[in-house]
Amino acid sequence: MSKRHIPETLIEPERYELAEALFHHFELDRRNFFKLAGGGVAVFLLLPSGLAQESGGRRSRFQEPLPQNIGAWLHIGETGAVTVYTGKVEMGQNIRTSLTQAVAEELHVKVEAIRLVMGDTDLTPFDMGTFGSRTTPTMNKQLRRVAAMARDLLIGLAAKRWSLDATLLFAADGKVREHSGSRTVEYAELAQGQTLARAMVGNDTLAPASEWTVAGTPLRKVNGRAFVTGEHQFPSDIRRPGMMFGKMVRPSAFGATLASLDASKAQAMPGVTVVHDGDFVGVVAPGEFEAKRAAEAIQVQWKTTQQPSSAELFEYLKTHAEPGGRGEYEAGSMKDGLAAARHRLKATYTIAYIQHAPLEPRAAVAEWNNGKLTVWTGSQRPFGVQGQLQEAFHLSKNNVRVILPDTGGAYGGKHTGEAAIEAARLARAAAKPVKLVWTREEEFTWAYFRPAGVIEISSGISSAGLLTAWEFHNYNSGASAIRTPYDVPNQHIQFHPVQAPLRQGSYRALAATANHFARESHMDELAHRAKMDPLEFRLKNLKNQRLKFAFTAAADVFRWKDRKASKGHGFGIGGGVEKGGYVGTCVEVEVDHGEVRVVRVTTAFDCGAVVNPNGLQNQIVGANIMGLGGALFEAIQFEDGRITNGTFTQYRVPRFSDVPEIQPVLIDHKDQPSAGAGETPICGLAPAIGNAIFNATGKRLRSMPMVPNGLKKA
Amino acid sequence: MARITQIHVNGKRRAIDADAEATLLSVLRDQLGLTGTKFGCGEGECRACTVLLDGKPVHSCLTPVGEAAGKKITTIEGLAQDGRLHPVQQAFLDAEALQCGYCTSGMIMTAVVLLREHPDPNEKTIREFMQGNICRCGVYPRIVEAVRRAGAVIKQSHA
Repeated sequence: MSKRHIPETLIEPERYELAEALFHHFELDRRNFFKLAGGGVAVFLLLPSGLAQESGGRRSRFQEPLPQNIGAWLHIGETGAVTVYTGKVEMGQNIRTSLTQAVAEELHVKVEAIRLVMGDTDLTPFDMGTFGSRTTPTMNKQLRRVAAMARDLLIGLAAKRWSLDATLLFAADGKVREHSGSRTVEYAELAQGQTLARAMVGNDTLAPASEWTVAGTPLRKVNGRAFVTGEHQFPSDIRRPGMMFGKMVRPSAFGATLASLDASKAQAMPGVTVVHDGDFVGVVAPGEFEAKRAAEAIQVQWKTTQQPSSAELFEYLKTHAEPGGRGEYEAGSMKDGLAAARHRLKATYTIAYIQHAPLEPRAAVAEWNNGKLTVWTGSQRPFGVQGQLQEAFHLSKNNVRVILPDTGGAYGGKHTGEAAIEAARLARAAAKPVKLVWTREEEFTWAYFRPAGVIEISSGISSAGLLTAWEFHNYNSGASAIRTPYDVPNQHIQFHPVQAPLRQGSYRALAATANHFARESHMDELAHRAKMDPLEFRLKNLKNQRLKFAFTAAADVFRWKDRKASKGHGFGIGGGVEKGGYVGTCVEVEVDHGEVRVVRVTTAFDCGAVVNPNGLQNQIVGANIMGLGGALFEAIQFEDGRITNGTFTQYRVPRFSDVPEIQPVLIDHKDQPSAGAGETPICGLAPAIGNAIFNATGKRLRSMPMVPNGLKKA
Repeated sequence: MARITQIHVNGKRRAIDADAEATLLSVLRDQLGLTGTKFGCGEGECRACTVLLDGKPVHSCLTPVGEAAGKKITTIEGLAQDGRLHPVQQAFLDAEALQCGYCTSGMIMTAVVLLREHPDPNEKTIREFMQGNICRCGVYPRIVEAVRRAGAVIKQSHA
């Protein structure tokens, strides 16, 4: 018999309660700002409205004009301490370091004098989120600009003090100096006794990359010491006075609804609060052990519905596609292109669902104080999570604060605020701060996945080895990098959205991995039809100089020309363009008794002017290692609404033994704007491995992962 | 239910109050505030939770605190002496063998044991010994490098 508890409050948004308070208006709020930050000099960067959609301004839920679009702010305290506020978050991509370098470069202060406050909805400007490789092209520039404005403001203060023209002064080492003469004044002295705030669009001169002295250098992780000592507090490490521990009781399957619940045993346990609100069932207890035990004591039955399985995944994607699809690009006529072709080729590629599996699972600590909710959590979208909490608990923006401690990995997998909402709901019921850390199984099941996909390509090449026709259909996995960088007169490119069988979302490089896998594998097949070297074939069909250069640079360092394939030993190449970055990857593999081992990888990457070569190397190597899992063996299996391999025992991720020798080649284009680097270097690996396996064995693998159970002998 | 009221961590006796079945990890983190040891999987597959029990590495996420009582527990917080980093910590910092840093504590604790058992490890030994430690950011090559460097430093200090 079910014993239903009366829901304490429904987690249903009441739209009329969503009226938002005005965004901080610093002309009005100046006094408060200095009360919080201390005296000194503050500069607020105003953005042109186009940029404000991404960073700055407030979330315009009602599409109202924004009072002010602020991208970032910077404060120089009376001791000379520099604090910079940005809505971006750190999750291992090392932007805390690269952004600090940007500020040091323009402000002319030591790196050690700068502290970044990141991803705190009470303290930092609105930011859409840290994803899409946008930090370097946008926030890096904004912070350089705000730092340059602060520098020029300080020069102006010194000029006033000495009754000199500002052009006679310059900034260096945290001081303003006279060009001729010996007078100097420290920033700290200029900031003393001030409560000076300036909001400007800012057209101050930025140093060109060719003149960088701090940016562009291999600066180490600014707070690295705190990570090797264990002192750094990740979201799951936050502790609050009186904090309790939460545990969710999850549905037995996707789409299941609560049929019956008996929580009497759990409720009888000392210090335990049971929270039952619709299909939301959870417990709060004084310790993690007690919470787990209470959750296990709840008798619960779920009503399940029929759910698709991974066995039928690719058929499902084709049959559940929205009719018509979305035209991404059209040129010439496919009919003419195929008619003109000497060789024609059709092939289908598939991509499995995979999980991000960040080592720190979703976690949140929630605390209610007089109706105001504060949540510490790991997410790529602090303001997005704030919005979700506002909706879930019908609170105004002023009553929700989301704080993002530097997080233990995300890779596109932490755009949402599930743990934050759950912890907040539990904390409200318990009237105490509550910590909720997802288990690995929860992370594998209730987080979202990188979309699976089916890609169909039809192509033609002339007898001279030139592409004449290119038709490309992507079902479900996404449209990132769906266009070919090669020159083809006749093209038809479509993305087909699907009513997805699993909850799906972003992943490192989004669909660019899938689209590159299919495209670059297909290019390899065509090169063999044309009896051409795969590198030569690519270069012949390519006008894009930066991509050509990336391919060539990778091939040179790899010594592509000297390669000697033999039975069980092969070489492959793959690459492309995405998010302003150009990548070429060469791979050497060994296939022995069906076991595929990647021996060597060379990735040349051009992301414009390099901001931090040390961090960039880590990103290129890390992207390749992460990509190796999806390329070779990672795949989520599901059946009847359950994930059937949701543990690290069953779901294999790359480990020490999988790691090849990896040579990153940094192409530092100082005359090109800096692009993001966390994603694009992953793109060339999977097809390069597939092409190398073909080279070694004559077997063409068209599914990611390629060898989940080893290569079946032909 | 047996209660455990005391454990010996990083050279100190610490008062706790926990069910003997509670995990050592939860007691260290939640009762003693030693949050440097991380939860990664709860199944002994990632080693983010590695601590030393009488010098031997264990998965603290699978070890009941009752089993740890009476033994000497060393966590990442216990490695540095008087603010001086352990050579393995220093080598991880110098080689920047971390990105998000969440696996770092477990990597360092495992490497400390590795270097005690194999003072002069080659790459193969390091990879095999560290095989159970997962790093999702993919810093593995730099971790191998850091362990080698630390090994050289420790060897020199004993010379």
